Amino acid sequence: MTTKVSTPEMKSLHFQPRTPATTKGDKVVGAVSHTALTIWTLIVILPLLWTFMSSFKTSSEIFASPFALPAQWKLDNYVKAWSEAGIGSAFLNSVVVVAVALVIVMVLGAMCAYVLARYTFPGSRAIYYLMLAGLTFPIFLAMVPLFFVLKNMGLLNTLPGLILVYVGFALPFTVFFLFSFFKSLPHEITEAAALDGAGEWRTFFQVMLPMAKPGLASVAIFNFLGLWNQFLIPVSINAAGPRVLSQELAAFAGQMGYAVDYGALFAAVSVTVIPVLIVYVIFQRQLQGSVSQGTSK
Amino acid sequence: MTSVKTQQSRNDDGLAAVVPATAPQQVIKRRRKPLTWDKVSFFAVFLGLPLAIYLLFVIWPFIQAFGYSLTDWSGFSPNQNFIGLENYVKIFTDDIFMKAMSNNIVLVIFLPIITIILSLVLASLVTVGGSSKGQIKGLRNSSFYRVVSFFPYTIPAVAIGIMWGQIYDPSGGLLNGILTGLGFDQFKDFAWLGDKNTAMIATMFVIVWGFVGFYMVLFVAGIKGIPAELFEAARIDGAGRFRTAVSITIPLIRDNIQTAYIYMGILALDAFVYMAALNSGGGPDNSTLVMAQQLFFTAFSKGQFGLASAMGVVLAIATLIFSGLVFLINRLTGGDKDVSL
Repeated sequence: MTTKVSTPEMKSLHFQPRTPATTKGDKVVGAVSHTALTIWTLIVILPLLWTFMSSFKTSSEIFASPFALPAQWKLDNYVKAWSEAGIGSAFLNSVVVVAVALVIVMVLGAMCAYVLARYTFPGSRAIYYLMLAGLTFPIFLAMVPLFFVLKNMGLLNTLPGLILVYVGFALPFTVFFLFSFFKSLPHEITEAAALDGAGEWRTFFQVMLPMAKPGLASVAIFNFLGLWNQFLIPVSINAAGPRVLSQELAAFAGQMGYAVDYGALFAAVSVTVIPVLIVYVIFQRQLQGSVSQGTSK
Repeated sequence: MTSVKTQQSRNDDGLAAVVPATAPQQVIKRRRKPLTWDKVSFFAVFLGLPLAIYLLFVIWPFIQAFGYSLTDWSGFSPNQNFIGLENYVKIFTDDIFMKAMSNNIVLVIFLPIITIILSLVLASLVTVGGSSKGQIKGLRNSSFYRVVSFFPYTIPAVAIGIMWGQIYDPSGGLLNGILTGLGFDQFKDFAWLGDKNTAMIATMFVIVWGFVGFYMVLFVAGIKGIPAELFEAARIDGAGRFRTAVSITIPLIRDNIQTAYIYMGILALDAFVYMAALNSGGGPDNSTLVMAQQLFFTAFSKGQFGLASAMGVVLAIATLIFSGLVFLINRLTGGDKDVSL
């Protein structure tokens, strides 16, 4: 479109466009690109649609044909998964644990990142590298001793224990990304706040934190996904406690070998997948932006 | 909130150590205010609290793990005997653990490279697949592809595993349904996860499926950060699309690729959730068994915590070696500061 409008100018000033606006090559490349991307999109979306469709079928319908639509679109499987299989209570446990852990880790992470980024004192670099180390070590290494740390504190198999561990393990990522964010905020603002008589606390909560909102939002989204999807930590230190969603889902699938109710299993997976997917579609704009922020150091 | 109690807390030793730059008496540096209650409480809470949680629940267990790995501790008995490197000897002579390790090595070789190539190709198609005339632009409706591709990243790994377990199901699964529908009758009742030749490939595909969208979004962001003039210059110089991708795009988002490679590699060395959800027993002939599964089993089913800790240390060292190698290779092949914008 733009090429057409500017063609007369181009002719006189620069050079004659050798080819028409859309070349044959462009069309081919465009078609190939669209085909490739469409194939990948189908690979992503078909399993999800199939799972969703199967969640309405009875087990015998599922075995009869993988493609046939369910005879009746009933919510029986969802009722079964939600109440009998315990997905409902696990869902609520997950919401509580992730919400509380997320709030705590965002507040503590922002405070820690702020101090490390804005103040220099002996050991500040060391603390920063200590945080980085936590990002690279595999969580697995910590699980066995962590089991006993929590046991000694009486927090094994409890939700508060799980929350504290979530906070600990989400902290390095949070600090790491907010560190660069706080570092980039102008120093004049802190000075202005100090001149106006704001103390350290007030400067942080009323001046710096509101300014860091975009960074906080993106880190919060990634922390949410990371904690919501967490599996290893709950199965290691909360095996006998009130189960969270990923745990309950695995347990439900584990007993499937004995009592086959595939419809309910599909419903349980759908209950896990759909809420987060809806939230993602609503907030995907922020997320796309935040990925680029995260990578631009 | 504001500095009311100025004098009282000046002698708080614990924090004076943390904030010695604020040496209040001598006014050597300009703009250094005396150590106020405001400042002391600020540092105590802002640095002390997060650090305490982090040290207790992350660093301390990591350190302990190294110690436990040198003992024969069973976890529930109080006696721990120091047995030196015996656990490590046991690990490296254990055929099952070595099998698990070789499976991890296969994963670490193939997973990052497949995921990154696939997501790079898709990201390039989305960003520079548009018209070769006029402004450099992406494909039409490309945000749709980007949004949908990201879907798997929002799904818990356990759910991904269970879902694909059903898709691979020999009789009622989607995959064999499609294949037999297309006329490939040899796949009727073929157990993808039950055959030792296909179990690993099928599992790897699931992990790739879960991560391509995320890295595609990451690379799209990286490519969009490249100034358009560079692409235009390349085009004027006569570079085609492929040449532009290889000579302009990839060198300029090299740091992103390195990050992606390290993350995917660390994931491949773990891979616990996917393996446990798809083939909890390690698969046919242990063909999908990974070190993390063996660690988990040794610790929480067999109660051999010393041995399990040693496995964790091996896993950690493998991770560090891998990250170091990626850095080294990137550096040796010319990935230096001057390419990053």
